[in-house]
Amino acid sequence: MKERTRKSLVQFLGFFMLRAFLFLVLAVLVLFLYDIGSKGGPAISWEFLSQAPRRGMTEGGILPAIVGTFLVTVVTALLAVPLGMCAAIYLNEYARQSRLTRLIRLSIRNLSGVPSIVYGLFGVILFVNVMRFGTSILSAGLTLGLMTLPWTITASEEALKAVPNAYREGALALGATKWQSIRTNVLPYAVPGMLTGTVLGLARAAGETAPILFTGAAFYLPFLPHSLKSQFMALPYHLYIMATQHHAILQVRPLAYGTALVLIALVLGMNLTAVIVRYRMRRKHK
Amino acid sequence: MSVKTPGGAMDSPKNHSAGVVSLDWEEAPRFRRTMSSKRWAALKESAIRAFFQASGILTILVLLGIFATLLATAVPAFREIPVSEFLTKTAWDPTSPEKAEYGILSMIVSTLMVTIGALLLAVPIGVGVAAYLSDVAHWRVREIVKPVIEILAGIPSVVVGFLGIVLFAPTLAKFFHTGNGLNALNGSLLLAIMALPTIISISEDSLNSVPAAYSEASLALGATRWQTLARVKVPAGLSGIIAACMLGMGRAIGETMTVLMATGNARAFPHGLLSSVRTMTADIAIELGEVPYFTTHYYALFAIGLVLFIMTFSVNLVADVILRKYQEREP
Amino acid sequence: MKKALITALVVTGFVSAFAAAAPSQKKMIQIKGSDTLVNLVQILSEEYMAKNPGTAIAVLGGGSGTGITGLINQTCDIADHSREWKQSEIEQAREQGVKPRFFIVAVDGVSIIVNEKNPIAKMTMAEVGALYRGEIKSWDAVGGPNTPVSLYGRQSNSGTYVFMQEHVLGNKNYSPDMKEMNGNAQIVEGVIQDEAGIGYVGVGYLFDREGKIRKGLKILDISKTAGGPAFSPLDKAAVDSGEYPVSRPLFQATNGKPGPQTAAFIAWETGPEGQAIVAREGFFTIGAPAKAQNEKNMK
Repeated sequence: MKERTRKSLVQFLGFFMLRAFLFLVLAVLVLFLYDIGSKGGPAISWEFLSQAPRRGMTEGGILPAIVGTFLVTVVTALLAVPLGMCAAIYLNEYARQSRLTRLIRLSIRNLSGVPSIVYGLFGVILFVNVMRFGTSILSAGLTLGLMTLPWTITASEEALKAVPNAYREGALALGATKWQSIRTNVLPYAVPGMLTGTVLGLARAAGETAPILFTGAAFYLPFLPHSLKSQFMALPYHLYIMATQHHAILQVRPLAYGTALVLIALVLGMNLTAVIVRYRMRRKHK
Repeated sequence: MSVKTPGGAMDSPKNHSAGVVSLDWEEAPRFRRTMSSKRWAALKESAIRAFFQASGILTILVLLGIFATLLATAVPAFREIPVSEFLTKTAWDPTSPEKAEYGILSMIVSTLMVTIGALLLAVPIGVGVAAYLSDVAHWRVREIVKPVIEILAGIPSVVVGFLGIVLFAPTLAKFFHTGNGLNALNGSLLLAIMALPTIISISEDSLNSVPAAYSEASLALGATRWQTLARVKVPAGLSGIIAACMLGMGRAIGETMTVLMATGNARAFPHGLLSSVRTMTADIAIELGEVPYFTTHYYALFAIGLVLFIMTFSVNLVADVILRKYQEREP
Repeated sequence: MKKALITALVVTGFVSAFAAAAPSQKKMIQIKGSDTLVNLVQILSEEYMAKNPGTAIAVLGGGSGTGITGLINQTCDIADHSREWKQSEIEQAREQGVKPRFFIVAVDGVSIIVNEKNPIAKMTMAEVGALYRGEIKSWDAVGGPNTPVSLYGRQSNSGTYVFMQEHVLGNKNYSPDMKEMNGNAQIVEGVIQDEAGIGYVGVGYLFDREGKIRKGLKILDISKTAGGPAFSPLDKAAVDSGEYPVSRPLFQATNGKPGPQTAAFIAWETGPEGQAIVAREGFFTIGAPAKAQNEKNMK
């Protein structure tokens, strides 16, 4: 009997510890969201979202940062999404088990592990200097695009894998070429999933700071960016400088919290949209 | 070119006897008109395939490009700085009016310190949560927790660093009676939070792939659920779990904004968890903006980037090898 | 597929609209550099833009080193810096064909601050230097309690960092234990929270929004020599005359003769309206010799 109770006790304690761990993780997230929500909420107003910073950035809003982040993310998408989809099509539809394929997959996994500041270093050399785009939305967007590429490829591949092989075989059976079968029988079902998957990668890109530090993000610009070659303010960089480099950081802390809230809302909003759309699509296809 | 068709529409008399229908265009001249259009179609197919293959190969080129760029921009630094000095000296002071110092050992140790500190927290908690989710939790709990973990993963690093400054640092300062909470411990806590989602989700996948037969056998032999989980399932999924931890480690090593904001950035060799430290990533972020192009200092920053790249590449490579070995073992 | 195409077209259209707006944008004056100056110059440029619609000034921080590098790399029009150029920077500028011209826009008394709970009220320059070089590690060596000194400073891109190194540390290395903060404000916050803290900041950062000294700070009086008279950085006469030993001019540099828009802005900054703002923000106005030098460099 003693052995049985000892075992039960161990199990009880063990599971309790695991539950405690889970609770800890959830508590941390709740703490984060509560802190930002409660302290950032009061700072949000229509003025905050639609005006530029004023009075040495102690008043006003963050519109240039919102616009800047939006524009950079668009450039990121224009690079990472088509390229990611094409690479995924190759990997899932055409590639055979060869050394080349293994090398490609290895590269993708390693690219996703490269530190974001290293992408920034690469972007400074390649886009800012060699291609002479200078510090601009273009340079920053392309740098972020390269960083997002592994994620868009992986997400697109998952969407392609979800399409049953029968669809492909059916088309081939009717005499279609490989490309025709992909175009008519695979892509229409996969593309929505590819796009929602890539939105998750873009949400990540929108929140990144290190790659844009030296490729275009600016401390304070009085006007909205007027071309792809201009510098820009961005939400993550704005949060960084409000928290560390501003001349009156305690005074502007509420504004920093507001920026953090907008940033999180944007990133989580994108994630949520992608997840909901994917869920709906899965239901439709069942 | 052969077209395998089940039907007979495209038989050439030559191959009729073969069970497989194949068309040999070279030897069927009477199809010349359709042949060139078919040949054109074939060419188009190859071109399309090549196009997609090129986009796949591009990923290799990007990786090589990053490595090559780092290498090319870092090498000039070593004309002025001996590599041994770079890697083993602890003083980093490129702008010193006395003697410019380029030793990154303090920064390497700082990076490793916050990373290992993060893993000491994130691995037990992460594996524990993964084990709980895969084995013990009610499916409804799983449905709620999984998206919650994704939300945690989605929090941008600058926001985590911000919370490190406003939330964690004052608490740590009060708790440990230090003047200010910007130190290695703060960095480790934050990095642990950032590495957790990776460790949890990959470990959970690994545990879920352990064949049910293992658990069933264990339970049949009289073990409790806990014993099955701890002594059978987790060890069975160990390689996946190790890979998950290595990926989490890679994430922690490469993190920039969080440590930049939360660790104090003192250049000294760290003397404890409560000392202010400067990681390699933070140093690049601090100094790249002010360094004049094409000076030794500039090249040295790229050399730090190169070291970072090699570190994360190696960690990811090891994780890769482990994951592949583990997948090969799958029945 | 169609939805994706439409989205792509809409987005591209949106982006091109921005590009099309380019010709109507006047040339922006790009200012980069000193964190000590960034707040002041930002407020100056806001008021200038309000008074002169159609002008555009972008103020980016980054530290004096960043600004000087920006001028050398020709990525900005004006470089703010709170220290003199180093010899190596002057040579680099020469190599790149850049001929800097300097304008003094304000005067700063670099303030040595400690936590208000610290009993010390004044120090000599030598003691400050010894603390920051890491030679003195405990407060009791300079008359304080027996606690380890907690050093707050800037990073190497900061003009204040370099200025202190040259004038107070005697061109020697900083203690590697110094916490290198990202800006003046972080140093202020750090010292307010840290009873054993000591920091150096531009005088404009001592004040809060209402113009009062920040609560929690104590500003040390500094004397040039042991036993000599100690002065406060808030004493304008002492700063102007140099009796406060850690005073310095705050500069703006341009590449050669400034263009018309840049020159107009600098002239306004150093004129009565700009200087009134300088004083309002807690810095000191420039004296007559500096004004004469500025006018000479304008030509």
